[in-house]
Amino acid sequence: MIEVLAPGPYATVQDLGRPGYAHLGVPGSGAADAGSLRLANRLLGNAEGLAGIEFTFGMARLRFLAGAWVALAGAPVPAGPVAGAGMGVPFWVPEGAELRLGAPQWGLRTYLAVRGGIAVEPVLGSRSTDSLSGLGPEPLREGMVLPVGRPEGVIPVDLAPPPEPRPAVLRVVPGPRDDWFVPEALEAMCAAPYTVSQDSNRVGVRLRGPELARAKEGELPSEGMVTGAVQVPPNGQPIVFLTDHPPTGGYPVIGVVRSADLAVAAQLRPGDEVRFTVRRGR
Amino acid sequence: MIRMAGEHGLLVETGSLELSHRLDAALRDERPEGVVEIVPGPETVLVVAPGADQGRLRALLEEVAARERARTAAREPVEGPVVTIPVVYDGADLDSVAALAGIPADEVITRHAGRELVVGWLGFAPGFAYLTGLDPVLETPRLDTPRTSVPAGSVAIAGPYSAVYPSASPGGWRLIGRTSVRVWDVAADPPSLFRPGMRVRFRPA
Repeated sequence: MIEVLAPGPYATVQDLGRPGYAHLGVPGSGAADAGSLRLANRLLGNAEGLAGIEFTFGMARLRFLAGAWVALAGAPVPAGPVAGAGMGVPFWVPEGAELRLGAPQWGLRTYLAVRGGIAVEPVLGSRSTDSLSGLGPEPLREGMVLPVGRPEGVIPVDLAPPPEPRPAVLRVVPGPRDDWFVPEALEAMCAAPYTVSQDSNRVGVRLRGPELARAKEGELPSEGMVTGAVQVPPNGQPIVFLTDHPPTGGYPVIGVVRSADLAVAAQLRPGDEVRFTVRRGR
Repeated sequence: MIRMAGEHGLLVETGSLELSHRLDAALRDERPEGVVEIVPGPETVLVVAPGADQGRLRALLEEVAARERARTAAREPVEGPVVTIPVVYDGADLDSVAALAGIPADEVITRHAGRELVVGWLGFAPGFAYLTGLDPVLETPRLDTPRTSVPAGSVAIAGPYSAVYPSASPGGWRLIGRTSVRVWDVAADPPSLFRPGMRVRFRPA
């Protein structure tokens, strides 16, 4: 069991989400930077999809009511005072010890995995907090106690290379609705950087920068949306959908961020600059 | 036409809700390998299949869409389960809907319960189904100021659609009644009573 002494600015339990229910109005949800959660789990010999904690901008304190193996991945935060605590390496937190995480040096989301996984009650097959629909557990708050599952398998002797910041570039596959914009729009989108807005969250990264002008007026009938979709509301300022995005939407999607770059999008902080590049598909 | 929605998604343009439903049903019956999501919309079906061969999937979708388009053209009846929802018609907006439609409140009830509706698609919230085929006389705009909380089970109208609120949420639809039927239950499989293409009949309780 892990007691939350301080969750930091925003922290949630996340696994790999609840795919397969989009047609019933259920967002996919799950870790915004899934690769980092998988890595933290692998370091502990956990199945990759076990639930961990997604911290937003670190600055959290946890008390371990029982000793546990822990690993951290994603945005690198200082971790202490537990001996051996650090990024990308399994470390033992003794019973009663407090684990403190500082603010990340770069990036936004840090993942804590625990051997056996966070064992809150799953909803529709997932333990993820869905910030849009409210499915899954409540976000972490002070005093909350998180159950830990029974460990299975063995801890591989393993060490992940320290994470390095990746260039803030999002490669985009055009469409499905690039034809709703003026022909120069994709070029304009790639020509200058965008700034990440303060109101970004797990639903999407909201950007401020070159306005993407529409060629077609009117309303697009609501249609299915994918994670990574760059949706453009009438103000012309794009939103990159992260995992809690609504499963359907009515604003045209000019392009979709490649899945390998979703981790980059998920680690953008408010105020960061980010560029798009277009890779022609087909 | 089939459009790319990123590396793993294909958006099939159907142009009609009926074809969306036929394609959705066909793909669910025989789910192509690797397909994780099938999301019908009023004029599209999104198919998400990470790891699948996109070229092969596209060819398959073209084939299934062509077959279902021919069935639509041949006016083959659409099959789908029918569900009956008992409603207590005592909603807070029943009178405003009646006034806007220029009919007595009793007639709102008979017109709402008088037609078979079809679940178009779901969105807005888990289990929130847009029910299509509403009597056009009942088409009324949303409230100017949405309510901060609408109870689960509220039966409502907005524009050309009707809906049953699956859980308590804010909402701007006009409330005409309520049902005790649980349309959304995370413990049930599937969790939503309403699925795209299903036919729905309201009955005064």
